[in-house]
Amino acid sequence: MAKLKKSPWIIHYDGSSCNGCDIEVLACLTPLYDVERFGVINTGNPKHADILLITGGINAQNKKVVEQIYQQMPEPKVVVAVGICAYNGGIFKECYNILGGVDKVIPVDIYVPGCAARPESIIDGVVQAVDLLEMKQDYFEKNGISYNKAMKNKNESNKENES
Amino acid sequence: MGNRSIVPFGPQHPVLPEPIHLDLVVEDEKVVEAIPSIGFIHRGLEHIVKKKDFNDYVYVAERVCGICSFMHGMSYCEAVERVMDVDIPERAKYLRTIWCEMSRIHSHMLWLGLLADAFGFESLFYQCWRMREKILDMFEMSTGGRVIFSVNKVGGVLRDMDHEMLSNFIKQFDDMEKDIIELTNVFLEDYTVNTRLRDVGILTKEQGLELGVVGPMMRASGIAFDTRKLKYAAYEWIDVEPVVATEGDCYARTYVRIKEIFQAFDIIRQAVKQIPDGEIAIKAKGMPNGEAFVRVEQPRGEAIYYVKGNGTKFLDRFRVRTPTFANIPSLLETTKGAQLADVPILILTIDPCISCTER
Repeated sequence: MAKLKKSPWIIHYDGSSCNGCDIEVLACLTPLYDVERFGVINTGNPKHADILLITGGINAQNKKVVEQIYQQMPEPKVVVAVGICAYNGGIFKECYNILGGVDKVIPVDIYVPGCAARPESIIDGVVQAVDLLEMKQDYFEKNGISYNKAMKNKNESNKENES
Repeated sequence: MGNRSIVPFGPQHPVLPEPIHLDLVVEDEKVVEAIPSIGFIHRGLEHIVKKKDFNDYVYVAERVCGICSFMHGMSYCEAVERVMDVDIPERAKYLRTIWCEMSRIHSHMLWLGLLADAFGFESLFYQCWRMREKILDMFEMSTGGRVIFSVNKVGGVLRDMDHEMLSNFIKQFDDMEKDIIELTNVFLEDYTVNTRLRDVGILTKEQGLELGVVGPMMRASGIAFDTRKLKYAAYEWIDVEPVVATEGDCYARTYVRIKEIFQAFDIIRQAVKQIPDGEIAIKAKGMPNGEAFVRVEQPRGEAIYYVKGNGTKFLDRFRVRTPTFANIPSLLETTKGAQLADVPILILTIDPCISCTER
């Protein structure tokens, strides 16, 4: 946290949650919990955002929307899945229209527990996401290449090591 | 006539915490038509009533929507109680009423904040949400949860509030009321806010009746109807008068909701004065067999619950008609002819809760 150089901006998308986690995410941004003290600002534009907060599970209709938002975000980026529904569907797991957690569609870095997730734990998730973002940023700068390329190289070298 | 083009609005949009998608057909800056497409949060919640025990389903019913979660749980319990012919203790009824009205205050404060955010008054948004946290603290004190409480069960409630806690709440409400008056006067009297709200999105009384709007939206168009008059929970012993405004524009809807906050304070005071001592729950014996309708007044308007049991522990059918579903036609009506810049406010003044609409 101490070496934080830039202010990460978050984007929030409601997957198929019950609103409980969503209003808690919004409560984090408002005076009592105030994540803005970490430089975190809520933005509506995926191209401005560094951290993607997703609440709720994935269903047939919003699958593409989540994918699109993720693809539009610039590298490096971190995905935080808020609440039990974003992990595996939670209480709605048995519903016919729930495909599962967010990780069915996009890679998730951090899971926040709870139903509904408490603001304190959401803030904890965001702070961890900020650290992770910083790590990814360092990697990005050190190598002087795009993050995607870097990950690709890393995967290839891993494969070579395995073989 | 200008060029026609289609502007997609949503499902991910800065003013909306929830996904709703509208295709706005615009001519220059004027909206000609709005075509909604929904289903982004559809989970198929009504169907799992066949897989879960009717006692356990209370917790699923609460998660129809996280904002009015208490009322969803309560109405489901109320419907099952009617099927099983269970008469719950009076104290439980009063406790339900108190929590209901607290939910209404929290929901309306939340909505006022989102409205302020929609017309770009960010500090007002923050102030509204700061006030709302006090109500959430009270919820946490009395039920243990901030947004999902799980205090309802078939046959009563799970937690009691003692006399000390109730009188403490009343004291806190007195302080809050002063702050809220100051805060809501900004909505009602500020020049800038008025220019954004007055004469925007007018829905006349005739249109309202024709489209079947519900809740504050209906009362803002001059139709005096409140489902709380129909006597559920403890409302039969409580004096409620519907808040009515006649203009039918966004300002009137804001006015109605603001007055309802104070009405809710008043109802809680009445309920605390009248609450009897005694049991908070009774054991519901047997299995639900038969069907029942329940109509309740949620913060967004009238919700209808239908429950059908078949004598086993799994219900046959559970159905909810939520207020937002009834209000979407009026949203489409008011967006016609509106400026593109006013669309976020028009969407917000129906107080959309997409999560309960799509379930």
